Amino acid sequence: MTVAAPAVRFRAVTRHFGPVKAVDGVDLEIAPGEFFSMLGPSGSGKTTCLRLIAGFDQPSAGEIEIFGVPSAGVPPYARAVNTVFQDYALFPHMNVLDNVAYGLMVRGVGKRERHARAAEALALVKLGQHGERRPVQLSGGQRQRVALARALVNQPRVLLLDEPLGALDLKLREEMQVELKALQRKLGTAFVFVTHDQGEALSMSDRVAVFNEGRIVQVGPPEEIYERPRTDFVARFVGGSNVLPAAVARGIGGPDAPCSLRPEAIVLLTGPAPEGHAALTAMIEDAQYHGAARRLLVTVEGADLRLAVSIPAAEGGGFGPGQTVTLGIPLAALWAMEAA
Amino acid sequence: MSSAAALPAPRGGLLRGLSDFLLRRPGAYLALLLVPPLLWLGIIYLGSLFALLTNSFFSIDEFSGTIDYTLTLSSYGQLLQLANFDIVIRTVLMAAAVTLASAVIAFPIAYYAARYAKGRMKAVFYLAVMMPLWSSYLVKVYAWKLILAKEGIVSWVADTLGVTVVLDGVLALPVIGGPSLSTSYIGTFLVFTYVWLPYMILPLQASLERVPGSLVEASEDLGAHPRQTFRHVILPLALPGMIAGSIFTFSLSLGDYIIPQIVGGSNLFIGQAVLIQQGTAGNIPLAAAFTVVPVAIMGLYLWGAKRTGAFDAL
Repeated sequence: MTVAAPAVRFRAVTRHFGPVKAVDGVDLEIAPGEFFSMLGPSGSGKTTCLRLIAGFDQPSAGEIEIFGVPSAGVPPYARAVNTVFQDYALFPHMNVLDNVAYGLMVRGVGKRERHARAAEALALVKLGQHGERRPVQLSGGQRQRVALARALVNQPRVLLLDEPLGALDLKLREEMQVELKALQRKLGTAFVFVTHDQGEALSMSDRVAVFNEGRIVQVGPPEEIYERPRTDFVARFVGGSNVLPAAVARGIGGPDAPCSLRPEAIVLLTGPAPEGHAALTAMIEDAQYHGAARRLLVTVEGADLRLAVSIPAAEGGGFGPGQTVTLGIPLAALWAMEAA
Repeated sequence: MSSAAALPAPRGGLLRGLSDFLLRRPGAYLALLLVPPLLWLGIIYLGSLFALLTNSFFSIDEFSGTIDYTLTLSSYGQLLQLANFDIVIRTVLMAAAVTLASAVIAFPIAYYAARYAKGRMKAVFYLAVMMPLWSSYLVKVYAWKLILAKEGIVSWVADTLGVTVVLDGVLALPVIGGPSLSTSYIGTFLVFTYVWLPYMILPLQASLERVPGSLVEASEDLGAHPRQTFRHVILPLALPGMIAGSIFTFSLSLGDYIIPQIVGGSNLFIGQAVLIQQGTAGNIPLAAAFTVVPVAIMGLYLWGAKRTGAFDAL
């Protein structure tokens, strides 16, 4: 094993289910200690990738290395990775402490030591006093923490998380995002985090891989994914960006390519367009109040194009459907993408 | 009640009045629905069980052959006599062996059906398990008698394959052997196991079906070898189903009087003893005492199973 070996490496990995290519030629490197998210709609192959790393499934073609060691033929129980399951998969017939101590128990660690270490892991996820309870007696958020403690107690080198926050309500989810990130920094374990929630992926990750139809469309730091989407799928999926067709972008003096345009980059004009801005006349279809911001859905006149515009809530309280507005498009905010 | 206040005013007519009454009083409605089955359960089922229990505390007058209605434990005393106690021990051992064998045979079948069989294979599984239950019990038992008889299929196959020595060796075993399979304990055991096996497979399969696949994966993920996963996750979670199945196989074997009559030696099992005591011998109290034995054993068995935590995963 070389020092520089990535925590996980995919080499042209493909997984077929009959005629369906769930994962289609994925190349990937995840660094040790990295918080890496796999983001995509359901059925995009991200969970299959996670299962391939865990060893629950084998690639039809290609190779997966974990810390430089080829994982072909290595059963799940012999891999230095642990998984936090989407449904938590806690053992219903064991109490919380025994659930957490399970990984140590099957490795032959004595009862006293494994219980001590399990208690430590429970304290790490702030569930120290619940060891005697059964999983059914816990809330969703608590079960989630038990699942996390149960995986972490084995000191995995890579922790796989399969939509672990999906079943939690919004407030709890936001709390857990902060805690997970803090925990990851503290432990220095590589986290591979599967989610379909772009906000989650952007806020927690060092790098994000965007999946679509079994392929990785783009991989990079959150800022890059958000601000410089490579294709119109990424632009739309990660944060609902506007996509201007090449003809429209060219028409307003932008690049001759499909462009992404963030809703918050568009301004409303009352006078002539300032330097570097193109003016478009549009009609408001819907105006939504979102607390901090106000979101307008508009149709651009003379083009079959609908745009989302996000303006500070303090501005333009008087807008309503049917009104005509002038949009200022900053040409610098147009990001040219690959043609689809 | 606020919901009652929101209902329309009562209407005229007897049936309408009754239906309004039941709608306004859900308790009365529930009682009306529950009384018939509760009466059935209370009188027919528990009542007869109680009559049975009562009878076991009477005795029989040896000269007149009439029942003496003074309460006594003499029937239970007779149970402890060597000849009778033999019957009890023989029956319990047979039922235990049948249950154990059923569990061992049923587990892989149930596991396959619950974990791997999909669509068409699942239908084939249900059909294969249930089909023997559709044919007559007596026909099956007589068929087995022919299969196991001295000139039957088994000995013919053994002869064709040239392994008659093995069959003879098995039959030469003390106690469980005999002149032929159909007249030995081995035969009784085989037929019992065959006839009751579906009652073990079905509950076991149902309980395995309820074990989410992610639990097995979680166990592997945490470093458990397949054998450890089986011992620490699958088996404990399948245990309630196995206990449910064993209640069937054990109690059905304890009470059956036809199989040992047709296939097996001349030694009696509890069911046959009950039949003889209440029929030929006319000793209802002793027959009742014999019948209480399986009931008591099953009670003890369930109590023990509960104490070992077999139902914790329910």
